[in-house]
Amino acid sequence: MQFIQQLINGVTIGSFYALVALGYTMVYGVLKMINFAHGDLFMWGAYLGLTGMTLLVGWATQGSAWMIAPVAILVILVVALTGVLVERVAYRPLRSAGRLAPIISALGVAFILESLARNLYGAKWQTYPSGVTPSGGLMLSGGVRIGIMQIAVLIASFVLMGALYLFVQRTRLGMAMRAVSLDANVSRLMGVDVDRIISVVFLIGPGLGGAAGLIVALYYGSFDFTLGWTFGLKAFIAAILGGIGNIPGAMLGGMLLGVVETLASGYISPQWKDVIAYIVLILILLFRPTGLLGERIAEKV
Amino acid sequence: MTQLLVRLRQRPLLWQAGLLVLAILLPLPLGDYYRTVIWRTGVYIILGLSLNIIVGYAGLFQLGHAAFYALGAYTAAILNLRLGVPLLATFPISVVVAGLFGYLITRPILHLRGDYLAIVTIAFGEVVRLALVNNLFGITGGANGLSGIQRPNLFGLELRQPIYHYYLMLFFLVITIFAVRRLEHSRLGRAWMYVREDEAAAEAMGIDTVQVKILAFVLGSGWAGLAGALYAAKLTVISPDLSKFMESVVMFCIVVLGGTGSIPGVFVGALGMVTLPELSRPLKEWRDAWLGIAMVAMMIARPEGLWPSRRVQLEIRETKE
Repeated sequence: MQFIQQLINGVTIGSFYALVALGYTMVYGVLKMINFAHGDLFMWGAYLGLTGMTLLVGWATQGSAWMIAPVAILVILVVALTGVLVERVAYRPLRSAGRLAPIISALGVAFILESLARNLYGAKWQTYPSGVTPSGGLMLSGGVRIGIMQIAVLIASFVLMGALYLFVQRTRLGMAMRAVSLDANVSRLMGVDVDRIISVVFLIGPGLGGAAGLIVALYYGSFDFTLGWTFGLKAFIAAILGGIGNIPGAMLGGMLLGVVETLASGYISPQWKDVIAYIVLILILLFRPTGLLGERIAEKV
Repeated sequence: MTQLLVRLRQRPLLWQAGLLVLAILLPLPLGDYYRTVIWRTGVYIILGLSLNIIVGYAGLFQLGHAAFYALGAYTAAILNLRLGVPLLATFPISVVVAGLFGYLITRPILHLRGDYLAIVTIAFGEVVRLALVNNLFGITGGANGLSGIQRPNLFGLELRQPIYHYYLMLFFLVITIFAVRRLEHSRLGRAWMYVREDEAAAEAMGIDTVQVKILAFVLGSGWAGLAGALYAAKLTVISPDLSKFMESVVMFCIVVLGGTGSIPGVFVGALGMVTLPELSRPLKEWRDAWLGIAMVAMMIARPEGLWPSRRVQLEIRETKE
């Protein structure tokens, strides 16, 4: 029974990883670059959520769960627009500049975002105002407990991921996106506005990331400015695990990483759970660099 | 003025000796605080030069270099605290241990493409840090690290004051510069640059690319271990923070912002990344933000770095056009 409990917790954490991993994977798909700043955009979702919640609770004098909806819309919008801005300013001028330059630039953006958060909000742990997180839960048979928050998180993640999947597979814009990730030059010849598609990707990826930041902060209740880096790296591992550039792969990779990590922390030792995540990454890159569902990433001449 | 420069260029020994005398005299008018600042800068120059072998010459992305810095420091500290080995005698062992880890860690991942190599090296750096924090084998002292390392003793002279450490660092810095200059123009150095510029062509010309890349990692990592031992010798206290990702990024930026593959570039990079933030307090709090802005701006405006090597500059200009 403890195993099932771990599994439920693992899938919950896995859905966070999946949401963030989608941002990495979509950007990699169209630009073939690792957006190191994605983790910090995600973290800004948590901070903006904090500001929004604090303002709303201050106005209503009491926290309650309905506040999540307006705050979520605001957070998604702001983080998504920041993502587009980052691409315009820091990545677009480097599109033809080789591999090293975009990596450095992305790391630079990550530092700016992290430093802003640390200096504006302080280096202390932040907690959301009380009352905004739905509490309570269901007891299943055998002492397994599933919280309301866990149910909400899972529903929200699956709805978001499902919507993204339908968008990419069923709409014209989604088809253009797939075309660009297959071959940007040919797509341009076919009349696809590649710059616009890249902007759309930087709207959706960080938007999902911002939503994930809010959800994660609500779920754990507290966080600090290191969230972006630690969580971002894990989500990136999830993206590689599933096969980078592959949208269902990111979802699968996130779930798997969440479950593996939770089981490892339950049955081996919580101290080593991060190490296990990194070892999973290294093993994947060594033995199946394509990831579970993805394209080939090892250099081949 | 230009005539003077030309004459200096013709007589490298002259300006090299001049710089050395300047470096020897530099700490004399300064107080202990500034002596420590230039010592720190020097240690980061050594680190930058060691990373420059990997990133600059061989063109391999290493974003976990601080792990080897930490491994060198821990090797020196553990040998000294557990076995009573005199600190200066631990230096060569630190180099060997860090180099050995460099071999073990990078051997399996060499086939990975640039950005993936960067990710795996980040992961390895984190694994090393977490292993140190979790007190692996009970000898690393956990999150608090190790303290009470004996001060180095040179022929009965206990190296306590910052100025002694400055000269100790300078001694190794001079050796490092001499060594990397020789390496750069050696057969191996040319092979590295060939691999950096066109791996397939290098292989076709008979260069064993795997061996050449491993050598870059082993030499670079081992030399970072030396810098770690220097750190342990001065501070006598070390902690897992030495292998923080931020440290690796500072080293990476020293190399890239100064000018990839360029020795004077590493000096410029270390001045910008280590000395400047140390000297101006308000900048220190916002250091990461400034750093980020500098990184983005540099990549857009001057991707070859502030003081690039001619070869890299030509290469970057060419691919841009």
